[in-house]
Amino acid sequence: MKHLPLVWAALWRKKTRTILTLLSIVVAFFLFGLLQGVNAAFNRGVELANVDRLVVINRIALTEQLPYAYMAQIDAVEGVRGTAFATWFGGYYQEPKNFIFAAPVDIDRYLAVVPEIVVDSAEVDAMKRTRTGALVGIEAMQKYGWKVGDHIPIHSTIWPHGDVNNLDWEFDIVGTYDFPTDRSQTQGMLFNHGYFDEARLYGKGTVGWYLVRVQDPTQAAAVAKRIDALFANSPNETKTQSEKEFSQSFLKQFGDINFIANAIIGAVFFTLLFLTGNTMMQSVRERIPELAILKTLGYSDGAVLTLVLFEALLMCVIAAGAGLALAYLAFPALKNYIGVATLPWPVIGTGLTVAALLAALVGLPPALHARRLNIVDALTER
Amino acid sequence: MPRDTAGSDADHNQLGEHVNEPIVSLRDVSKAYTRGKQSVPVLQDLSLDIARGDFVALMGPSGSGKTTLLNLIGGLDQPSSGQVVVGGQRIEQLGRGELAKWRAANVGFVFQFYNLLPMLTAERNVELPLLLTHLGKAERMKRVGIALQVVGLADRARHKPGELSGGQAQRVAIARAIVADPTLLICDEPTGDLDRRTADEVLGLLQTLNRDHGKTIVMVTHDPKAAEYATHQHHLDKGTLVDPDDGAVT
Repeated sequence: MKHLPLVWAALWRKKTRTILTLLSIVVAFFLFGLLQGVNAAFNRGVELANVDRLVVINRIALTEQLPYAYMAQIDAVEGVRGTAFATWFGGYYQEPKNFIFAAPVDIDRYLAVVPEIVVDSAEVDAMKRTRTGALVGIEAMQKYGWKVGDHIPIHSTIWPHGDVNNLDWEFDIVGTYDFPTDRSQTQGMLFNHGYFDEARLYGKGTVGWYLVRVQDPTQAAAVAKRIDALFANSPNETKTQSEKEFSQSFLKQFGDINFIANAIIGAVFFTLLFLTGNTMMQSVRERIPELAILKTLGYSDGAVLTLVLFEALLMCVIAAGAGLALAYLAFPALKNYIGVATLPWPVIGTGLTVAALLAALVGLPPALHARRLNIVDALTER
Repeated sequence: MPRDTAGSDADHNQLGEHVNEPIVSLRDVSKAYTRGKQSVPVLQDLSLDIARGDFVALMGPSGSGKTTLLNLIGGLDQPSSGQVVVGGQRIEQLGRGELAKWRAANVGFVFQFYNLLPMLTAERNVELPLLLTHLGKAERMKRVGIALQVVGLADRARHKPGELSGGQAQRVAIARAIVADPTLLICDEPTGDLDRRTADEVLGLLQTLNRDHGKTIVMVTHDPKAAEYATHQHHLDKGTLVDPDDGAVT
């Protein structure tokens, strides 16, 4: 650390150039933080997917419904512990930007299959007693300032009721639920399938998908095969996947987020590598006599190499830290879109590792050049 | 001020060591540089002894090999053949790493164009050789303070080289050369970039370091007036030592 003032001073030898280089690294890592953060947020759902749950959807597409009658048949499949269902409601509150994952369910079945949900049993009873009753996730309650007892309108983008132009549904909040293992799941609401099915104009007697809890997670694949075999050659063939596979294929509807994010970041870093590498080379070239002086004073070849590498590391890590800090500060603004309020720490860790790698790549060529310097030639600039 | 009689007053150093013991001993040293496919001889079979505590001026026309000789004595370059013994160490046998360590411990360098690092303050420049030691910060800064005091620039410690005059910058370079207390000072045209008055001040300072602090100084100069400050003068021509009066090889 005693060489820090020397390295720091060398870094700021050409202030404008250093500031511009630092800014380009800051912007690159800000982008890295945002994209990888979004990526991590998307993947989080996949990672948290339960291993003992299967999702049964229509083989044609997720948007195609399945008969309600399938439930009893699935229940009877060997290895199935319980079955629940839900339907995509496409709901929003007041404005389209206020999307809410609202799902009509049979609450008893749903809670049995998704036991991670924490809800007061009295509130479950209240929901069952109240036709328009809804249990709302705690983050959704907070986001919209709702409280238990509120009567709320939710607009569906899919399901009319009463007449074809009426897409507005009304619900009474009878309770709240939590999902401690994944708080992003508490941005939705659950309401009675009975109310939904009776009121909707079409699609009666169908559900969007089934959730199946298996008795033995190691037998999940076999159970999935049995379910699909059951409905093979029927008008509504099924596709049964683990919850993780389902989450992945659901995300692929938006495109391969992971690939897009990595491709953008890869392009940015490829450019950054040349930009920063060129700056470092130029900076070292300009300081050849100074580096020769250090060697004259007794700095070994290895010491000079280390100083140049340390300079590259300092520049990259400081700028990357600033970029990631900006991404961290910007992240809460993305909460409404991706459901996660903080930049995950692993992304910050990866970012700093990438910065160190970048420093090694851009610092090594000029550091080796500095290491090879011959004092006499360098002092006379031969 | 210039000495009256070269070598007459330097029989013992501060520590009472006998100063005529050679600190530098070169035997049959040759040096040739390769330019493309051509070998260009610079020094040829040169032998030279410099006694401990001497202040030696190396003189000669451009291209005579003065700086090359200085570089060999200072361990900045290696001879093509021959022996270079400094302080009892055969430095031509040392590897690059060992030579770097040896320079750090034994030699201080002063150059014509000061060669200070422009982005560091005077005290940070002077501190550089001490960063290679195990000294703590307080001790380093204490020694830097003393070195700057010796050269009369304690009040300019926080100034950067660009804020100093040529003479002041050269004094800072001298402070850097002496801060680690080396036995030998290597000076390559230390007054070449200075006016007469400033040059005399710098040469007076070198003389003080030689007389009062026992530093052995080997200085390359073109300037006969500068050479007068030395206790001994050696002349080079075409890579060999010559008698300045008749040009005969010494």
